[in-house]
Amino acid sequence: MRAAVIRFPGSNCDQDCHFVLREFGFDTDFLWHKETSAAGYDLIVLPGGFSYGDYLRCGAIARFSPVMKSIVEQASKGVLVLGICNGFQILCESGLLPGALIRNRDLHFICEHVSLRVENVANPFLSASRIGRVLRVPIAHGEGNFTADAETLRALNAEGRVLVRYCDEAGRVTPEANPNGAAENIAGICNAQRNVFGLMPHPERACDGALLSTDGRAIFESLVATLGKSRAA
Amino acid sequence: MKAKVIVMPKLSILDPQGVAVREAMRHHGLPGVKSVRVGKMLEVEVDGADEAKLHEICRDLLSNPVVEDYELVLEN
Repeated sequence: MRAAVIRFPGSNCDQDCHFVLREFGFDTDFLWHKETSAAGYDLIVLPGGFSYGDYLRCGAIARFSPVMKSIVEQASKGVLVLGICNGFQILCESGLLPGALIRNRDLHFICEHVSLRVENVANPFLSASRIGRVLRVPIAHGEGNFTADAETLRALNAEGRVLVRYCDEAGRVTPEANPNGAAENIAGICNAQRNVFGLMPHPERACDGALLSTDGRAIFESLVATLGKSRAA
Repeated sequence: MKAKVIVMPKLSILDPQGVAVREAMRHHGLPGVKSVRVGKMLEVEVDGADEAKLHEICRDLLSNPVVEDYELVLEN
């Protein structure tokens, strides 16, 4: 299993992603955003951070980085693409995922553990989990308020493309459990082909017992199961 | 050529910054303020006048059509 972690100027979760992917048995490379090819990987991860200082809009400039053209091409061939936090913002800006991430409802940068309800497991990213399972995973963002027009939201729901929603600890999807004002508590979505997944929470920060929660492992375990050559510890 | 690009959140999109500024203005003694929306303005100086290209860049880079509208104002 080969994975690439893309590094943009301002990425800051690249090391964490690299560490976790290696723990799960991925032969993992860092790929600088100026590379023109992201070919040859089973999984491409766009990590969190503040690419280009979040200037203009989060992800707006990163989406035009040279490597993105190749990532769009690889995604169209079915290669798995995972965008975390700023990576999710870049995926939305690039058009690989619909909608946009705007300023949190209460304007604050939020850094805390939240609960996520697994909404769909018929995808490569959560296949080892089960519907209704509650995952404790941290968020750390100022612009994670997912917004899309009514038609897009209908399609996302109808096609089972909302993979995780913010919920309370009992798994109830309530307005109170919504940290940032995201439409319908949406925390992460996938594309129609189900090989591109973006989410605001940081599963890579919830993979080690020293970090309060290991629930983020569900995503990496699913990826390993999907890609079929489990070497995970 | 000089141009101004004004980027505003779409009317259908809740603008959390605008709401916060509206509340602050009310606290500053203007209870009648009904609505505030916060956008951004870019001043651009460019050699040549490729208006079509400018519009393309406004649409693809300077604004996000999912949540924002832009206005391109060409000067001289």
